[in-house]
Amino acid sequence: MTDALPFPPRPGRMHEVSGPGATAFAAALAAALPGPVLWVAEGWRAEPLNPLGLALWFDPSRLLLAFARDRIEALAVTEEALRHGASRLVVTELSEAPDLTQGRRLQLAAGAGNSTSICLIPEGAGCNAAETRWDCKPLADTGVEDSTLAEWKLTKNKSGTLGGWHVRWSISAHRLDLVSPAAQRPGVAPLAR
Amino acid sequence: MLRRWPAEPGPFALIARAGNTDRLHCLNAPAEAAGLARGMAAADARALCPGLITRPAAPEAEARFLAMLARWATRWCPWVGLEAPDGIVLDLTGAAHLHGGEAATLDRLRASLARGGITARLGLAGSRGAAWALAHYGTGTDVADGPLAPLPVEALRIDPDTAAGLRRMGLETLGQLMAQPRAPLARRFGPALITRLDQATGDRGEQISPLAEPPHDAVRLTLPEPIGLTDDLRGLTARLLERLCARLAAREAGARSLRLTLRRVDQSDTEVELRLASPMVDPARILPLFDRGIDAVDSGFGIDQLRLQATLVEPMPPRQLTQRGAGQNRARSAALDDLVTRIGNRIGLENVQRLLPADSHIPERAFLRAPFAWSEPAGGWSAPRPRPLRLFPPEPIEAATREPGPHPPHRFRWRRMRLTTLRATGPERIAPEWWLDDPDWRRGLRDYWRIETREGRRLWLYFTPQDPGWFAQGEFA
Repeated sequence: MTDALPFPPRPGRMHEVSGPGATAFAAALAAALPGPVLWVAEGWRAEPLNPLGLALWFDPSRLLLAFARDRIEALAVTEEALRHGASRLVVTELSEAPDLTQGRRLQLAAGAGNSTSICLIPEGAGCNAAETRWDCKPLADTGVEDSTLAEWKLTKNKSGTLGGWHVRWSISAHRLDLVSPAAQRPGVAPLAR
Repeated sequence: MLRRWPAEPGPFALIARAGNTDRLHCLNAPAEAAGLARGMAAADARALCPGLITRPAAPEAEARFLAMLARWATRWCPWVGLEAPDGIVLDLTGAAHLHGGEAATLDRLRASLARGGITARLGLAGSRGAAWALAHYGTGTDVADGPLAPLPVEALRIDPDTAAGLRRMGLETLGQLMAQPRAPLARRFGPALITRLDQATGDRGEQISPLAEPPHDAVRLTLPEPIGLTDDLRGLTARLLERLCARLAAREAGARSLRLTLRRVDQSDTEVELRLASPMVDPARILPLFDRGIDAVDSGFGIDQLRLQATLVEPMPPRQLTQRGAGQNRARSAALDDLVTRIGNRIGLENVQRLLPADSHIPERAFLRAPFAWSEPAGGWSAPRPRPLRLFPPEPIEAATREPGPHPPHRFRWRRMRLTTLRATGPERIAPEWWLDDPDWRRGLRDYWRIETREGRRLWLYFTPQDPGWFAQGEFA
């Protein structure tokens, strides 16, 4: 827990994010990077983003949505957009993690366009080609109302150490705050189970 | 119209609504033989001729056909104009000898129209007014001077009131009219009548405004030897693009959609379609977007003809560049347009969308998704209260405990997870928009609660007091 949070993750690489807090991770990253954000999704998955909710993180008019027919097409669109580089961040929602070849292609494309690739994948999956893999889940916050406290666990890192951090998105300051875990926080009673 | 119902042997007429009545707009020869005439009320016509078959007239289709006919007529002479609503006018001066004289031209014109199944009335004269009169009221074949005298006064293109006035004065034919002194006529009926008379006799000239040639947004290239290499194809496409873009730029237009047709030596065609996210005229930008299509071309035994056509063209007025930083912004938006074009040609341009704010309290209608290529970005995102990151169709939740009144349950199950409420904030009441009948909102009012659970998940639940039940509709970060 002593390491600094490696956020935003390295550009020109492909990163995987899973867990129920993955959308918030991508939103925080979109707020940290300038320019348009391309959000690629498989068209049949009906859990749409709510721009009014995203507005707490970044300006939704920066967002470009691409709806692909299936997973392969979503990957192809992601690769093309990464290589083009007009959007610094490409978020891809996948029903299944990319395999080694697909992950490697994304990695090369991201390197060519110097853009960051984020794959939102189901929990418990992953691709060996990914630079980092994050597991994000929201945490109950006994202290603050309407909090966005979450635990981000780095479960794979090709160029660094693993770790876990408790972070909170400050809605008023538009900034990611690193907080210490509840037990070490002054004035906060640990959650009774 | 007759093409769609080609073989109507009996009386047939088109009817058009004029004011309050249906009137005959156009009719065929058997109908005319039955005593019907243009402008007759449809009810009268049916009474006179019970077997009459009628169809509604299509003025737009007729105008289209007339434009087509005018375009065809340029084979007789280059100077062709429209004589609204149902005629075309040709200036044969200097072109008649090509078809063997004026009378021969008229005969050939009539013959080729008849071959096309078109019944037409033709008039040929030294002035436009006289030709109109001959076509409408004469036999049409008189070419010699002075055939106008026996024609009725209506042949002058004057309004019906003036014609009725002339007839009331006993002036039935043009010959009688021309014999009258001009000054009293002008005083009585105004200068328009004199103008028309002069135009008919040819004393006053009249212009024919020819139809503008429609812009032709296609270029082609024929090769002496077939080619098959991708690089050659790309180089030739670049040449075609330069010519096409120069042509478009000259009239301040931009291509929105392009089609490259490649003719192979075995006479089969292959096509490459390119749809652009914004109108473009810069060949250097369009060419890389063609790469994907050109790479996929199967050249077979070789390609010897290329044709590039702008299938969709939009106006693209020049923009001012003096704003500070505008150049950089334009470069960035141009790069984004290129990206959208690339993605759009893979998944369809309408599947690349942006979000626009909408004016509604209903959470799922508070924003719109619009195709990126046909919308402008809009700001103004503000929610009265925190809104979830994701919205899903309402999912009923199972409350394990029941609280008194409309209070959120302490323990509940959602998506097969047992959750315990840590903190509930609310309610926020949202009423359905009664003017839109949405099946999701049939349960009436909704009281929304933001629920933070001990397990971490933060959900957006609502209670429907008019039909008690709890549902989850969204998840916060």
